[in-house]
Order: sequence, then C-alpha cells, then structure tokens
Amino acid sequence: MRKLIIASVMVLLPMLSQASGGGVHLEKANVDISDQASLQRGAKTFMNYCLSCHSAAFQRYNRMGADLGLTDKQVAANLMFASDKVGDTMTAAMPAGEAKKWFGKSPPDLSVIARARGADWLFTYFNSFYADEKRPFGVNNTVFPDVGMPHVLVDLEGGLKKPVFKTENHGGHETKVITGFEPPVSVEYEEITRDLTNFLVYVGEPAQLKRKQMGFWVLLFLGVFFVIAYMMKKEYWKDIH
Amino acid sequence: MLKNFLGWIDERFPATETWEKHISKYYAPKNFNFLYFFGFIATLVLVNQILTGVWLAMNYKPDADLAFASVEYIMRDVDMGWLLRYMHSTGASFFFIVIYLHMFRGLLYGSYQRPRELLWIIGVVIYLAMMATAFFGYLLPWGQMSFWGAQVIVNLFGAVPFVGDDLSVWVRGDFVISDVTLNRFFAFHFLLPFVLAALVFVHLVALHFVGSNNPEGIEIKKNKDENGIPKDGIAFFPYIVVKDLVAFIGFAFVFAAVLFFAPEMGGYFIEAPNFVPANPMVTPAHIAPVWYFTPFYAILRAIPPMFGSQFPGVLAMFGAIAVFFVLPWLDRSPVKSIRYKGPLFKIAIFIFAISFIVLGWLGMQPVSPGKTLAAQIFTALYFAFFILMPWYSKIDKTKSVPERITK
Repeated sequence: MRKLIIASVMVLLPMLSQASGGGVHLEKANVDISDQASLQRGAKTFMNYCLSCHSAAFQRYNRMGADLGLTDKQVAANLMFASDKVGDTMTAAMPAGEAKKWFGKSPPDLSVIARARGADWLFTYFNSFYADEKRPFGVNNTVFPDVGMPHVLVDLEGGLKKPVFKTENHGGHETKVITGFEPPVSVEYEEITRDLTNFLVYVGEPAQLKRKQMGFWVLLFLGVFFVIAYMMKKEYWKDIH
Repeated sequence: MLKNFLGWIDERFPATETWEKHISKYYAPKNFNFLYFFGFIATLVLVNQILTGVWLAMNYKPDADLAFASVEYIMRDVDMGWLLRYMHSTGASFFFIVIYLHMFRGLLYGSYQRPRELLWIIGVVIYLAMMATAFFGYLLPWGQMSFWGAQVIVNLFGAVPFVGDDLSVWVRGDFVISDVTLNRFFAFHFLLPFVLAALVFVHLVALHFVGSNNPEGIEIKKNKDENGIPKDGIAFFPYIVVKDLVAFIGFAFVFAAVLFFAPEMGGYFIEAPNFVPANPMVTPAHIAPVWYFTPFYAILRAIPPMFGSQFPGVLAMFGAIAVFFVLPWLDRSPVKSIRYKGPLFKIAIFIFAISFIVLGWLGMQPVSPGKTLAAQIFTALYFAFFILMPWYSKIDKTKSVPERITK
C-alpha cells in the first residue's frame, strides 16, 4: 500500500510541472481573466492594433460583449471596425492573399494563440521588440527571432528600444547575448501588454470563467455526496464481520 | 402485479436469473482494498467516453479543412460543448491512469495466475483495443501534435521489412497523413469503443465464472457453507456496490478537479502545440506522444537501428506489451499475492514500476545521449522483470497462505 502511494505520487509529480521547455527566459504575465476592466482595455488594443492583419475567427463579437460586460450596442460602437454584425466572428480587415504578399506569410489566426504559446510567452513577446537594422521592418524580437511582423504597438511604447548586448565567452566562442533594452520597458506599456495578454487568454477559451464557477459547485456536490455515500456504505457493512 | 410481470418476463428471458447470478448472488471476497476499485471505475469511465464521444460526434467534422474549427465550434458555440469535450479529453487520460492501476493490481496480487489466465489475456486485449482507440482519437482535433504524432506512429509500419512502405500507405490511405486518413481514423475511433464494451462484457463473464481474486490471493470458493456460498464471500449487491460507489465519488472528485480547474493538466492531457492547426509543411520542434504512450515510445527510441532498419525498435515496443500475454506462464510462484511472496519478487516489481515511470518520463523528453543510455538501461530492466521471472519466482522464499481470509 505504501509503495503504491509512493508510486502514484511519482506518476503525478511530473504532471504538476510545466511541459513546455525552450531556452528563453519568459516574464510572468500574471493575468487575471476575472478582471473585466482589464479585459475591456485589452479588447480595445486588440481591435485597434491586431485585428487589421490577424483574425480571431472562432471568437464572436457578441459573445465577447456578453463575457466582458458590454452590450451589443457598446460593442458595435466601440470595438467593431472589421465587421458590422455583432453575431459575426472576428475576421481580419486585410485580405489573406495580400497579407502573404506583404509579409511573406499569412498572419496566424489568434483565437487559440494563448493556448498554443502560453500567457507568459505572449506577454514577453509584446515587450521584447527591439531595433534591428538587418530586418525588413527594422525590428526584431528576442523570444521570436527574425519575426515577420513589424512592431505595431510601437506608438503605445513611445518609440523603438535598442538592445543591450553582453559578450559571453563559451570555450573560445564569443557570442553576443541580449541582456536588456535601452530604454527599459516602461510600466505603462507593460500594463497595456498585460491587458492585451489577458484578453488573448480569454479569447483562447471564453468558457473558462464559467468552467471554474461550475467546477466549484460540482466539487461541493461531490463532497457532500461522498459523505452520504460513505455513511450508507458503513450502514450496509455493519452486517459484515 | 409487479410479480406477475416479472414472472411473465422470466418465462421468456432469464432476467431474475441473470440478476442473481451476476449481481445479487455473485459472491466476491470481503477483503477488497483500495486497488480493487479500479475495475468498477474503468467501466464507468468507458461509459463516460462513449456517451460524451457520441455527443461530440454530433458536432465534429472529420474533414481536414473543418476538423480544427469544428472542435473550437464545440468549445465555444455548442451549449455545454466545452464540458463534453473536456469530459472526453480528461476521461481519456484518466482511463489510462485507472487501467494502469488496475493492471498493477493484477501484478501485485497474482490475478493472472491459474485459474485466471484467460481473464488476464482478455484484459490485455482490452488494453490493446484501448490504445488503438486512443491513437485514432488523438488525430481528430487535427492540431500539430495530432498530425505529427500520427505521422510518427504510422511511419513505424514503414519499418516492417519488405512490405513496410506499402503497409504504411495502406494504413494512411495516402502518402502522407491527410483528409483520407482523418476520415478513416474517425470511423475506427467511433467503432472501437463498442468493440471495447463487448470485450469488457466478455471480461466480466470470465471474471464471474472463475471468481474474483483478492489481496490475500486466497480462493474463497474452496471454503463454502452448506448453501454453497463462499464463507469469505459477500454479495456484490449491495455490499460491493455501495463500497465501489464511495470510491467512484472520490474518483469523480479528483476527475472534476482536473476537468474544471486544469483541463490541460499543464500540457500533459492536452498538449499546447495541438492548438496550432495541422500543417504538413511545418514539423514541430519536439514531437512527443501523449503521456500514456510515452513508456513504449521511450522503448522504441532506446533500441538503435540495426542493419539500417528501425524494425528492432518497433518489435521491442510491441514486445513490451505483448509480453503481458505470456505473463501467466512466466510466474512459477506457488502463491499469488505479494503478501506471501518473497523478497525477490518484491524487489523485481519495485524495479519494474520505477522503470515504467522513468521510461514514461524519458519518452516525453527530447533525445540526448545520456537520456538514450538511461532509456536503454530502463528498457533492459523492464524486460528483465518478465524474462527473469521464471527463475526468480521459482527460487523465491514464499510464506504459506492461510485457508481463510482473516484480515
């Protein structure tokens, strides 16, 4: 019995740690999808800056409105630039064929990007654009080297930051490593990208708020049911000696 | 009135007889412990998989252009669709957790020994059917891991000498994993659970014929009272049922905790790359099967190619499962339960359990020379448990088994 418990703990332990790897250091996004104000700010940034090229083709406008505490009218007036029906899904303003011509690759759909990449990756990605002359748009990114897209949020960040290099010596090999940015990422910009990340996490799984609420009641029910079932078992088993 | 009705039925169908034979007068040992819950739980998980699966199939589209979007449609636009989908995806992983514990129970208490050899073999067939079902099902979300995982596994058939290439094309129905493959995998994924249910029925018929084993490994049928009822047996209904019900609710609690609060289970139950639609032109940096296949995947990778062929690795992988079929004849021990077996068996099964877990972990990791060596060592230990069993189980010091169940 004791061995069994040890064995099952050993099976479950690796499950608790994250499965994703990768060498890049990621900042903690610390998003909170129950924060509606943050989601609304994130939605605004998303609609203004992302949706012109990227789609979120599985997400409906009115579903977003309902989950973010906005009426259909508010959604239509403030957040809809690429479509005119609130029941529509979020398709990109730009035609996909054109996009491929401009960027060499169609910008990916962002419906489940937060589930594919993770919140921390997105947050770090938004904050890691830096000036790089060698790239077609003059920008590069530390977590997505040679990224195809320009730094669309550059106005919100208040200018393009320069990388700070450190030269590392690995057994005679000299490599340049980016250790930070000049100027460093501002707190205001981090708030914007945190809200945007939060919104993308929501879009990744709109049901998640409801899921956790329902989960609480299910666990409570099962907890009570367990006690009743256990008492019933004890009553029946009085006969067994 | 009710009695007349039942009488009418009983003259035409053995309703009461069947109920008594398999439920109310089926006598099971009274000393079942924690590990004996998992057969009952596995059956209910299978029911969960079939029911949620059928309802998911009502909105799922087995088409390479539509499959990924239809899963997201279920997650967003179908009422409670997300719940059905998570019940199904969480259920798949828990099915394997439960079955692994169920099988380990069999190993601990010698449930494969005479007269339960056939019962055990039917169980191994069920396990194989389950793995096939899981493999077919994993392609359906049509994400990157679905696509490339299936690509890797189907390519294994390509390693079979002479007919390999034709065989893998025959399995896929195409030269790569494609719409054709998705369609047929969906057909099999829908069919196999019903085969599984039929096999579970056969498993239960065999169980009720030979009777349940127990943690003491004592045959309760050897000691019967004047009515022919085993003295250490208790009726399945109500006693075992009310006990299993408590266990099932406990299980459901853990299940629900994962389902509602961590359905991806940190990327182990639903892998992050599977949220990128399948793309035949882009290979993911690291392809790992879902956790329940990784011990066998690690064995596959541990065996180096021989004569320019991967076939030995494929053989070892399938051999690691096939060896369970002959287990009843490898064990020469005069006793069933670990409680009466000697130190050799205890050490052997401990090493085996560790090997299985370590191989499972190694199967998720990217290849490195050190990890390959580790995988080779643990593969050897895994097989040593079986190959050396006729020897160590024979010379092991066993204790004498009492006549009756006292604890």
